[in-house]
Amino acid sequence: MKRITNKVAAVALSATFAAVTGQAFAEDSAEPIVIPTHNWSSQVVMAYVIGGIFESIGNNVEYVPADSQAVYEAIRIGDVTISHEVWQSTFGASFYNAMAKGGIIDAGTHAASTLEEMGVPQYVIDDNLCPGLPNWEALKDCPEVFATADSDGKGRWLEGPQSWHGDLMPTRLEALGLGDLYTVKFAGGADAIWAELASAKTEGRGIITFNWTPNFTDAEGFVFIEFPPYEDGCRVADGGDGACGSPSGWLKKAANFKFPKTHPAAYTAFSKMSFTSQDIGQMAALVDIDGMSHQDAAVAWLAAHEDVWKPFVD
Amino acid sequence: MNAKLLKRHPKLALFVVILIGFVVLNALITPGDENFFWRLPSVLAPLPGAINDFAEFLMFEWLPVDVWDPDLEEYEQSALLRELTRGFSGAVLFLIEFIRELLVGGVKTIVAFTSWSFVREHPWAIWPALPWTAVAGGAIIMGYALRGKGLALLAGLALTYISAFGQWEPAMQTLSFVLVAAPVSILLGLLLGIVSYKSRAVEAVLSPLLNIAQTMPHFSYLVPVTVFFGVGDHAGAIATIVFATPPMIRLTMLGLRKVPIEVVEAGLMNGGNNRQILWKVQVPTARYDILIGVNQVIMQCLAMAVIASFIGAKGLGFNLLLALNGLKIGLALELGICIVLIAVVLDKLSLAWAEKQTDYFADLDFVGRNKYMLIFAAVFAMSIVLAFLGGLIFKDGINYLYLIPHNKGITTEWFWQSGVDWMVENWYAGLQGFNRGLIINVLQPMKNAYLGMPVSATFLLVMGVGYLVGGVRSALIVGGFLLFIALTEWWDRALITAYLMSFAVIVSVMIGVIVGSVCAQHPLASKTMLLICDTLQTFPSFIYLIPVIMLFGVTDTSVLVAVIIYATIPSTRYTIEGIRNVPPSLRDAGLMSGATALQRWVKIDLPLAFPHIMLGVNQTVIFALFMVIIGAMIGTDDLGQFILKALSDKQGIGNGLMLGLCVAFIGLAVDHLINTWAKKRKVALGLN
Repeated sequence: MKRITNKVAAVALSATFAAVTGQAFAEDSAEPIVIPTHNWSSQVVMAYVIGGIFESIGNNVEYVPADSQAVYEAIRIGDVTISHEVWQSTFGASFYNAMAKGGIIDAGTHAASTLEEMGVPQYVIDDNLCPGLPNWEALKDCPEVFATADSDGKGRWLEGPQSWHGDLMPTRLEALGLGDLYTVKFAGGADAIWAELASAKTEGRGIITFNWTPNFTDAEGFVFIEFPPYEDGCRVADGGDGACGSPSGWLKKAANFKFPKTHPAAYTAFSKMSFTSQDIGQMAALVDIDGMSHQDAAVAWLAAHEDVWKPFVD
Repeated sequence: MNAKLLKRHPKLALFVVILIGFVVLNALITPGDENFFWRLPSVLAPLPGAINDFAEFLMFEWLPVDVWDPDLEEYEQSALLRELTRGFSGAVLFLIEFIRELLVGGVKTIVAFTSWSFVREHPWAIWPALPWTAVAGGAIIMGYALRGKGLALLAGLALTYISAFGQWEPAMQTLSFVLVAAPVSILLGLLLGIVSYKSRAVEAVLSPLLNIAQTMPHFSYLVPVTVFFGVGDHAGAIATIVFATPPMIRLTMLGLRKVPIEVVEAGLMNGGNNRQILWKVQVPTARYDILIGVNQVIMQCLAMAVIASFIGAKGLGFNLLLALNGLKIGLALELGICIVLIAVVLDKLSLAWAEKQTDYFADLDFVGRNKYMLIFAAVFAMSIVLAFLGGLIFKDGINYLYLIPHNKGITTEWFWQSGVDWMVENWYAGLQGFNRGLIINVLQPMKNAYLGMPVSATFLLVMGVGYLVGGVRSALIVGGFLLFIALTEWWDRALITAYLMSFAVIVSVMIGVIVGSVCAQHPLASKTMLLICDTLQTFPSFIYLIPVIMLFGVTDTSVLVAVIIYATIPSTRYTIEGIRNVPPSLRDAGLMSGATALQRWVKIDLPLAFPHIMLGVNQTVIFALFMVIIGAMIGTDDLGQFILKALSDKQGIGNGLMLGLCVAFIGLAVDHLINTWAKKRKVALGLN
């Protein structure tokens, strides 16, 4: 284990050196760069976009479907080369678990600022189902709007799987004094949340669920609840009382520790890559709204936004 | 009256005593962490960590070897086992890529013989895809050669459907990994089956492993597979082989055991040596069961298509998950149909091939012998001409006669989509009353009752039933399975799994027995129902998770509806088979004695079919357990949720395996009870 850690440090150092002196010390290997694809649109389109950028500088790329949680172990071992969407609150734990074992490096952060928070669809606000939203205090007066068959008359707080944030939401509800009014239900995955949102929309009924931005739900309108602002240490895990919302989070890139050395040019481009929320939203919309295939969407996006990505490879 | 009843059923008294004991324990024991009658201490809690450390030691530290890394241009330390498993993965991957590139083209096979640099420097070095018409033509010829017009038509229609709906590429990707996984499973299963038929020692070792492999949910060995073999098509294929081989072993053993001794003796008298007896006498005679094994392998391989994509298998499964995440149920349905079609065609072709008798007396010339090869050559040439013509007709656009790109074919997506929307709009409100009533009046109390059971009461009840069914031995066996689970830290989770499973099994068996009994009254209805069962079994169960959530929300009801849809398949199938196999003479006798249809069903059909129906119940339990685990994707708080979580855990290997064992042991305990009971009934009924 120690050997790997040392190697990571050495490679990272030499990569920095290469970046500082501004010259790559060798040509990129012809071995393909393995890019994982997960099961949501923006990620798959971005995989093909990044693949296209790598191909434009002469690299071979390969795409492999992988589970979004298990992928960090695969990167660590070297079966997958990069991950380009590491969401702070959903994958942060898996990412840092793998990093602690050695073999995976942090390849920088996208410009996109993300928010992963509880919220309601736009129509809940428009139809004034719960007056006062998005201020969280309004939730005190309308738990029944969010009640479901199995919530015992309380409002149901639809959270992602427990593997995403553990007990964050139950402790937050207690800390905000909403514990008697709302009950947390852990969904099995993102699909379950989207299905609930779609079903709620056809009915026009109230729903409060965990979601994030940028996401395809942005197009139809999704409003995040305004909780007391996040401050360092306000969460129970960090010693606080837990009465705070989520921070504006990062969206990172990860890579196998050998990547800078085997593909110096590609790594330099990858470390410079930085997509904004708008870029990601556009990529997702090409598929989710315009109905393009993921590959076509990536080609279309690359053709239309050379001004965005050309600087990464110069 | 009561005394008479007890005299007739001596076991009833004991059962009543056990029930009273169960109720008393429930009432007396108060929950408390220190109270061992309430919950056993989780002494096995450190085990997952230990398993994990051991696996990582094996993979990364044990027997270190230095490996040259051509990219870093230096030696780096690796472990021998890791290099071995990686070598094996490479070989499997090569085979998959080779078949895949024959079908849809690519560069990997060329790379395997040269290098990536070679391909980069020589842009012409790309293997072209076969026109889809050539593959479809080949399948039609194969179908005709092996069986006749019917199979040729089926194969042709299936492949045309896949191509026309724009799923050609993913379908061929799935096919290529099935074409590696299935033959390997069949061969491995056949060999292991033969070895364990010949050696009692091997059988003794293999049998419990098979039991576990067949009841362990597939999710729980995904993490170990990725650690040992990496991520990609080969990992998917290896997980599939683990899943698909056990039934093949089982059925090979079963078939060989059933070979009449006279047949073997006839072979011996003709001077056959051991090898000849095995391959020329025993295996061909056991063909019927072995063929069922082949059929099972193919079904299992395609059933894994979706789950294998969690660890890197490309193709229909991955696209299906992607479609579901975008809530494109219509698209997912079309992909699901492609999976079923591939399963059906492969199954029929392999059965036809195995049943084909060699005609030893045919005296044919070259053309006669190679008729089909020649026809295929002609079809192949024609498909290339067609593809070329297509290039001229469809200028700039898609060449429909060569390769229809992914998702560019016709689609019926809007139809299914609007169907689902219509369903949600019109049914949601009506179903809410039912949903609420079920959750509040049945599911919540049932779940609380399970969780409120002291561990001692659970043991008394389960071991007591074990004693009633199979004596002390059975009591100890089921007690052992239970003890393992009780000593882990997941006992409460297991109780929730048991609650979901038992509810689903009760409903599935009721539906299955009634539907099966009704269908069994008529040969055509039976055949149709069995076909529906086959289709549903390979149809990816993930697809109905989404509509179910839309109707019932993220609740236990949703999970249970999905589980019941899937678990009703075996109970229906076995009921039909069981009743159809009731000797007609007995039914006639009933008829002559003036029995009404209902009387015949209750007094003749059901009792005689009972052992077979119980085997169906057994399968229902296994199916229900598998689906409860997949139901974790809707949202449960049972073992399944933890198995999914193990995909990202620090000690994922250990947790995944231990949780998988817990699920397997629930299944095995039920399996043991039902099997023992069914065997006794069979003896009592004079069947066999």
